[in-house]
Formats: sequence, structure tokens, C-alpha cells
Amino acid sequence: MITTTKGMMDESLLEKKTGVIDNEVEKTEWVEYWLDDELVHRSVNMHLKQGVELFPVAESI
Amino acid sequence: MANTQAFCSQAKVDLMNGLHAFGASVVRGATTKDAYKAALYLATATRGAGDTVYSATGEVSGTNYTAGGVAVTTATAPALDGTTAWFQPSASIVFSNVTLATAFDAVLLYNDTSTSKLALSVHTFGSQTVTAGDFTLTMPTGDGTTGLIRIA
Repeated sequence: MITTTKGMMDESLLEKKTGVIDNEVEKTEWVEYWLDDELVHRSVNMHLKQGVELFPVAESI
Repeated sequence: MANTQAFCSQAKVDLMNGLHAFGASVVRGATTKDAYKAALYLATATRGAGDTVYSATGEVSGTNYTAGGVAVTTATAPALDGTTAWFQPSASIVFSNVTLATAFDAVLLYNDTSTSKLALSVHTFGSQTVTAGDFTLTMPTGDGTTGLIRIA
């Protein structure tokens, strides 16, 4: 059973689609469930690969 | 042995822990750490380095999403990796069973303990939408190279 826009539904009644985006910023995996031509569920798991950095700027004195 | 000009490594961690104050500081009510939150922003928003405090402008809205976002788990204290201090949430940030129909591509971390909700960092990613599902942000490897917030 999964959450959908129509309430909890049995996964077997739905068409499942998945995808992955993998680049230098993130690895993102998404899963969608469709009921006929209607998107009723989409979840996203995003793994960030890099944060932000405060770093000193080299400067001649 | 010669002297070496340096920003002392431990001081970077100490900055993260609020132990230095070069300007007017605040009266802290306790020695405990601050609480942080994560808010999501539409791809059309303009969050960035100029942010000073949390703003609802451009924040996502939708089913089961509360303005201001969700609490961030910070069980692990800032640490040093070589000469780089780093910190990041100790658990994934999860927005559960939400519907966010308009594309979003950024998350703002901000200090929920501070009265003005001081902004900490903005992290961008590829645009996403969520439909009756979870949006989970998993943290990078926690070290001085990839940690979410670093002072090198």
C-alpha cells in the first residue's frame, strides 16, 4: 500500500516508473505511480554530494 | 622553526560553536546548541548568499507542508578534518507525505532558536516536484571535503 492523491492504494493497481539523476551535485532517485494517465504518487530521494564552503582568499600583503 | 601565519584550525570549530564574537553579540539563555530548520523554495525564488533571515517569500506550499519547513537533526557537533571545520545535520531531512506541485530547487537552513530566524546556508539542486510522497534530502559524506557546511 502506498500513499496517493486518492488515499492509500495497492501498488499492484498502479503503473510504476522510476528514474535517476546522477551528477556532481546530487544523486537523485524518484519513483512515480500512475493510475491510467494520472500521476497519483511521486517521491524523491536526493543525496547531496557537496556542501558549501567558507574559505580564505589568498592575498599578498 | 619559523612562525606560520594561520587561521587556527580549532578556531573554525569554535566559530561554529559560537565561541567567538568580533562584533556585538547576543545574550544567550543557555549553553545548549541552537535548533535549526530546513525550508524549501520554488525554482523561481531568489534565495542565496544575500539572505540574512528565513523568509516565506518564494517558499513552497502544498499539502502537509508547513511554512517554515521541518526541524533538522543536529546530534553531531562540528568537527575538524585536517584544517577544515565541518558540520551537517546528523540525519536526512524528510518532508513526509507532501504534495508540492510547483517545481522547487533549493533548501534554506536557518536558526530557529534565534529570534529573527538567522539564515545559515542555501543548497540548490535539480528542480523537483512531489505528489503525495516523501522528499528526502540525504546528507553528503561528513568530512572536510564534502560536508554540508565547511570552513576551510
